[in-house]
Amino acid sequence: MQEARQAPVIEIQGLTKTYGGGFTALKSIDLDIRRGEIFALLGPNGAGKTTLISIICGLVNPSSGHVRVAGHDIISDFRAARSYIGLVPQELTNEAFSTVWDSVSFSRGLFGKPRNPAHIEQVLRSLSLWDKRKNRLITLSGGMKRRVLIAKALAHEPDILFLDEPTAGVDVELRRDMWEVVRGLRDNGVTIILTTHYIEEAEEMADRIGVIRSGELVLVEEKHALMRSLGRKELTLQLRQPLDEVPESLTRFGLTLADDGHALVYTYDDASTASDSENHDGDSPEMDGHGRQGHDVEGQSGIAKLLAGLDNAGVGVKDLYTRQSSLEEIFVSLVQERKE
Amino acid sequence: MNVTSIKTIYVAEMARSLRTVLQSIVSPVVSTSLYFVVFGSAIGTRITQVEGVPYGAFIVPGLIMLMLLTQSVSNASFGIFFPRFTGSIYEILSAPISPLEIVLGFVTAAATKSIVLGLIVLATASLFVPFSIQHPAVMLLFLVLTALTFSLLGFIIGIWADGFEKLQLVPLLIITPLTFLGGTFYSIDMLPPTWQVVTLFNPVVYLVSGFRWSFYGQGDVSIWISLLMIVLFMLLALLIIQAIFRSGYRLKP
Repeated sequence: MQEARQAPVIEIQGLTKTYGGGFTALKSIDLDIRRGEIFALLGPNGAGKTTLISIICGLVNPSSGHVRVAGHDIISDFRAARSYIGLVPQELTNEAFSTVWDSVSFSRGLFGKPRNPAHIEQVLRSLSLWDKRKNRLITLSGGMKRRVLIAKALAHEPDILFLDEPTAGVDVELRRDMWEVVRGLRDNGVTIILTTHYIEEAEEMADRIGVIRSGELVLVEEKHALMRSLGRKELTLQLRQPLDEVPESLTRFGLTLADDGHALVYTYDDASTASDSENHDGDSPEMDGHGRQGHDVEGQSGIAKLLAGLDNAGVGVKDLYTRQSSLEEIFVSLVQERKE
Repeated sequence: MNVTSIKTIYVAEMARSLRTVLQSIVSPVVSTSLYFVVFGSAIGTRITQVEGVPYGAFIVPGLIMLMLLTQSVSNASFGIFFPRFTGSIYEILSAPISPLEIVLGFVTAAATKSIVLGLIVLATASLFVPFSIQHPAVMLLFLVLTALTFSLLGFIIGIWADGFEKLQLVPLLIITPLTFLGGTFYSIDMLPPTWQVVTLFNPVVYLVSGFRWSFYGQGDVSIWISLLMIVLFMLLALLIIQAIFRSGYRLKP
């Protein structure tokens, strides 16, 4: 069962795209998308996210390389390949004067599927569009238009759904509604590939993360593994008495003062003890923090030494908590690393 | 052949025309009827016969052809340009449809509208001037071939145009002048000898001539040449469209 779930539904090999003007948007991309996963593609503007999606969906011609969708080549066997795919584009593009019902039904027919009013109704209801089915698209709000685009992509019952910036310009409530819809689709076996600027979106939904920058796939990793291996942790110690400076005896810990001297922040890396994490699943964040210190001071636990050092220096601690860096921080650091 | 997809595009295009019935149907019928009133009934009564046909009746085939050409180009060019303009073309290009099926959907819809309009104008003309049709089957054949060929041309223009101005440019500056100078209102025998030769480079001459032959059994050029020319125009348009889809010109970067 697990093996079937992991089989690639999209295989990308050596995919390169150079536009007419000479700009290379993709540089020999290799990527497998697993069946049934939510894959988030992150990257700054102009990184090549939309180009990659557009090639797979048939909107842009590749310069070289191969893409297979469910085993079908997107060029030589385009009919079969495209029949699996639903695409929600970034731009709010609609036939302004059509009704919601007509527009979604049109999308189904375009994919050669016979009429199925029951399915269209189910899609519209799931996206809270049923009451708007007779409305012309031009009369809808931006959020509703975005839902219509999703409904159109789902009209032909695709196995793979591409969401290019699905919640751009959408309010928080609607965004969370859409996440629910996407999760529901995944639960029904639909593979989801989304690009997003909202790291929160990827953090919330994705199973795996791909980071693309300047046309190169910088990293592909399970979200949790990525956050474990690249995430940095911070231990913040709330002090009983404020300090003007870090005591001499504690400088080796690389501490920084915060909160006007009322707090000391100890930053440590999770990577060196990542393998230990398997033993700590289900532990509280505090326990994680104590169990995974990265700075190994004199062969002992960094945090234990730090606490002992604080005690020796007469620094009283009234509270402490740990925080793991977010995907956004990981992403920014990855992109900046590459820039440097 | 993905018939459902072709039919979907066809039905959507026809529905668009019905949504804009005033612009799509009433407007061209009214404007063409004005020609019949002015040139047929009013001025036509003071002009002698042309090639043995009363002037009012003589201009009927040419005027229908004028309307057919402009409407075919306009319908098809707008049909493919509008989704390009709004961006909704993504849906068509990412669907499991071949270029030929896309063309069939748009072009047959545009041609259908033009043929219906042509028949409406033909019926309207009979209210103003008496005329007969000697070869109705040939007349219908010309109507269909011309509507399809110029819808293909319109499709090309709709892909070439990068704005509404260009969309209007070809119909206004090329199609309409060529039609007016292509024997719509006169026989090319009425021109000086040099201009008679020059006129033969105007493709519309062959269309008007062939269409007029189907009405009155006579034209400026042989019916076979007219038929050959319309088939050649159609093949040329198809070749251009094939090249467009192969290269992705203005559709796929």
